[in-house]
Amino acid sequence: MMNIKNIHAKIGDKVILKGLNLELEKGKIHVIMGPNGSGKSTLSKAIVGHFDVEVTEGEILYKGKNILETSPEERALNGIFLSFQNPVEIPGVNNTYFLRTALNEKEKHEGKKETNAAEFLKLMRQHVEQLGMKPDMISRALNDGFSGGEKKRNEILQMEILQPEIIILDEIDSGLDIDALKTVSEGINRMKNTERTLLVITHYSRILDYIHPDYIHVLQDGQIIKTGGPELVKTLEAEGYQAINKDS
Amino acid sequence: MAQNQVDKILAQDYKLGFTVYVESDTAPPGLNESVLRFISLKKNEPQWMTDIRIIALHKWEKMKESHWAHTHYKPIDYQSISYFSAPKKAPNSLDDVDEKVLDAYAKLGIPLEEQKMLQGIAIDAIFDSVSVKTTYSQALQEKGIIFCSISEAMREHPQLVQEYLFSVVPMTDNYFAALNSAVFTDGTFVYIPKGVRCPMELSTYFRINAKNTGQFERTLIIADEGSYVSYNEGCSAPQRDENQLHAAVVELIVKKNAEIKYSTIQNWYPGDEEGKGGIYNFVTKRGLCEGENSKISWTQVETDSSITWKYPSCILKGDNSVGEFYSVAVTSKAQQADTGTKMLHLGKNTRSTIISEGISAMKGQNSYRGWVKVASNASGARNFSQCDSLLIGSGCGAHTFPYLESHNAQAQIEHEATTSKINDEQLFYLRQHGISEENAVSMIVHGFCKEVFAQLPMEFAVEAKELLNLTLEGSVG
Ligand SMILES: Nc1ncnc2c1ncn2[C@@H]1O[C@H](COP(=O)(O)OP(=O)(O)OP(=O)(O)O)[C@@H](O)[C@H]1O
Ligand SMILES: [Mg+2]
Repeated sequence: MMNIKNIHAKIGDKVILKGLNLELEKGKIHVIMGPNGSGKSTLSKAIVGHFDVEVTEGEILYKGKNILETSPEERALNGIFLSFQNPVEIPGVNNTYFLRTALNEKEKHEGKKETNAAEFLKLMRQHVEQLGMKPDMISRALNDGFSGGEKKRNEILQMEILQPEIIILDEIDSGLDIDALKTVSEGINRMKNTERTLLVITHYSRILDYIHPDYIHVLQDGQIIKTGGPELVKTLEAEGYQAINKDS
Repeated sequence: MAQNQVDKILAQDYKLGFTVYVESDTAPPGLNESVLRFISLKKNEPQWMTDIRIIALHKWEKMKESHWAHTHYKPIDYQSISYFSAPKKAPNSLDDVDEKVLDAYAKLGIPLEEQKMLQGIAIDAIFDSVSVKTTYSQALQEKGIIFCSISEAMREHPQLVQEYLFSVVPMTDNYFAALNSAVFTDGTFVYIPKGVRCPMELSTYFRINAKNTGQFERTLIIADEGSYVSYNEGCSAPQRDENQLHAAVVELIVKKNAEIKYSTIQNWYPGDEEGKGGIYNFVTKRGLCEGENSKISWTQVETDSSITWKYPSCILKGDNSVGEFYSVAVTSKAQQADTGTKMLHLGKNTRSTIISEGISAMKGQNSYRGWVKVASNASGARNFSQCDSLLIGSGCGAHTFPYLESHNAQAQIEHEATTSKINDEQLFYLRQHGISEENAVSMIVHGFCKEVFAQLPMEFAVEAKELLNLTLEGSVG
């Protein structure tokens, strides 16, 4: 689905990704774990073309094409979705209006009929209810004054409505209460199918109890230093990243 | 990076910058008594008007241009301007209107023909100095509403014009008002009789077409007791290298329990990135809330002048009268806007609200200047002002100059100001959801202006949004 090959990237003058390789398979849930500051968010920004990150070497192949030269909106329209670790607040822009525009852009891109305002409102209401969000999320401004957990649920809402093909969730489980973690996980599980790939970046094994990942990757110092099955989490929890570092 | 692209989008061309070649009667450049007599003659004015013009000219000659506004421009050579230009064929009905003039309005998207007037908006179109067409006057007449050009009003309703002209903006109020008093060529006159609610939106479109001309229109609106009217004006001009002068005066008189809602959508040619060309827009707009419970609401969307100097104001004389000012001012390229409002509280329990949204991009300079004055016997007076600035990029500026003056200890005056920047993270968030950069900018800008747009009549809100898109995004192919 996506093949990340030998990526070197820097932010400003600081080199952060140092020859990172990662292959994301269709229909699978991949998890990345790794110490603070190791480059997890930088990797996700590189995938969506964030202006902070300069990729100096390597390629990211998606559907057989190197996407590094394409614009962020083009990547999005082609099915790449990222939920930021800290979603930005945009006062004045209505949450529903924003999301409908995003969906309509995608439908236009795919040559489909655009969902009209009434249909969209219905869709939005359904999802808001399903995710246990407050009904006023429909009329409020995008992430404006949302609590941490509300922002994360809003990201899941976007994911469910936009139906992307590659979904990157950067610490979607941080700051969630117990119920929210469950609802968000259910949302993730609803997305899982044979055509889609999920990449979940996390520090905690709790979410993994709900979403049953296929692969665990350990990112350290700008590289994937280890890949394994779900059992790898146990080792990490018991021995920490230090242990992995030693035996690799 | 992102900013360059935003600048590119902002630098797009002015869509309304076409010139229409119309045979016209134009006065030779220069300003003197004989030019004023020429104007009076061409407009078939009564003698008293010619006399007023000449008095105004002599007063103006003794006045000095003031330069306190936060704007910079080369001195204007008032003798090089032509003060009158009119399409040669004098139009009486739509059939007589020069086809090219109609074409010009069609290009502006302004429907003049009766059959296109289904929206129920009565329009007075002013092309250069002459009112070419007033629609719907028949239907309005039945209610006793007068909606015509000011020249026509001078002939048909001289007593009203003589009573109210200069009653709110005195002849020598300021340099540009005095100039206007001498040379004003046309404008709109509205009278709403007692107890009448005007059944449709009234609109005037101003178009500066001829070269080297100035436009000096004068608008006078009187809302008699218990009446209501919503009036809209739109403006545009062709793209030219030289600067053109627009010095208008608007006077509103509102009697007891009456209301005037006055909306302006302004889209003059802004000039280029270096500040070459474009309209100098020096306008005096003032309304008098004369009676109790009267109300004036000014809403303006200013996208395009080279220089704007404009402070629609309210004199709140009647007890319980209300003044409102809602403004969106956009400056991009090298535009300078110095705009705001004055609220003068004279009556008891008078209230005023000021919402000003300034958007600056590229090298644009946006200044808000607001005066709120409360007189000593205006007990219970209240004012709320909110002034927000949105900066796009780093070459532009926003300045806020609130002046508050209260002579009554009980008066409540509140002022809030914010400045925000469209930041790259916000733009990126939208783009990363598949929304193009220009739509992303427009989404954020529209969000910023929402409160003001909500004040505009529906059709004009749509127009205002499109205008903002044009100014800021380059949807032009
Ligand atoms: N804009 C920036 N300017 C300078 N350094 C930055 C910037 N953004 C990130 N970095 C640095 O890059 C390194 C990698 O950051 P990144 O956000 O990718 O880490 P992470 O693995 O996601 O960490 P965490 O688990 O804490 O989220 C860190 O040392 C961080 O300080
Ligand atoms: Mg991170």
